[in-house]
Amino acid sequence: MPLATIAGTDVHVDNEGFLTDYEEWTEDLARQLAANIGIELTDTHWKALRFMRDDFKAKGESPTLRRVTNEAGIPTKDLFTLFPKKPAKKMAYIAGVPKPRGCV
Amino acid sequence: MTATMQAPVPVFEEEGNGRKLAIICSKGSLDMAYPGLVLANAALAEGIETHLFFTFWGFDMINKKTMAHLKFTPVGNPATHMPTLLMGLPGMTAFATHMMKRQIEGIDIPEVPEFLQMISDAGGHLWACRMSADMMHIEESDLYDKVEGIISAGDFMELSQGAQIIFI
Repeated sequence: MPLATIAGTDVHVDNEGFLTDYEEWTEDLARQLAANIGIELTDTHWKALRFMRDDFKAKGESPTLRRVTNEAGIPTKDLFTLFPKKPAKKMAYIAGVPKPRGCV
Repeated sequence: MTATMQAPVPVFEEEGNGRKLAIICSKGSLDMAYPGLVLANAALAEGIETHLFFTFWGFDMINKKTMAHLKFTPVGNPATHMPTLLMGLPGMTAFATHMMKRQIEGIDIPEVPEFLQMISDAGGHLWACRMSADMMHIEESDLYDKVEGIISAGDFMELSQGAQIIFI
């Protein structure tokens, strides 16, 4: 995995730019990652991102949109507004976890 | 470590750009309901404009009375690897349906009504076929609320213009 810099911090990323080391993520980094894809983080964004991180830590894999909706209580519609077009991948990118691997 | 490079930024917007998908759902059995639902959901998560058109037995997926009770029958299905004669015994469809539902739930996949709700919430469009509705004497009030309308084959041709079409 290549070493790269984001906002002046050295981190490990994959070829697409997803962080590959869970522990390297910080909130400042998340703000920068969000800005990279045109998203300014609000409280609801943070709620979703914290769930992504907590659930990944607990389960060992990134949650699907359905899990974020059912477990974190953020309606699917809202996820598509907060992280337009591709909520699952965008949330994973900002939260510093891998893209979800499930089909649903 | 050597000098580092600026991290790449994933390209999220470009891929789904202008892509459109229309899925024709013509089957009413549990096992044939899921392929369309899974593909629609995946397409929407990629930012692809997605339409589902329900026709013939596919109406069972959006009929309020049947949508939560789709069945899987192992009769004549070689993929069950069981003798056809046995599969026709009384209770076998109920048993096979129960087993399949458990497997689906086991991998955290929603049942048909919740799946349709998810698809609709994700911006997917649900349409019902006019001819099937007329044949089966079904009206819009009999159908799942998120179905946007009962439309003709011609209407479907118009709205699926430029779309990739999947027939299930």
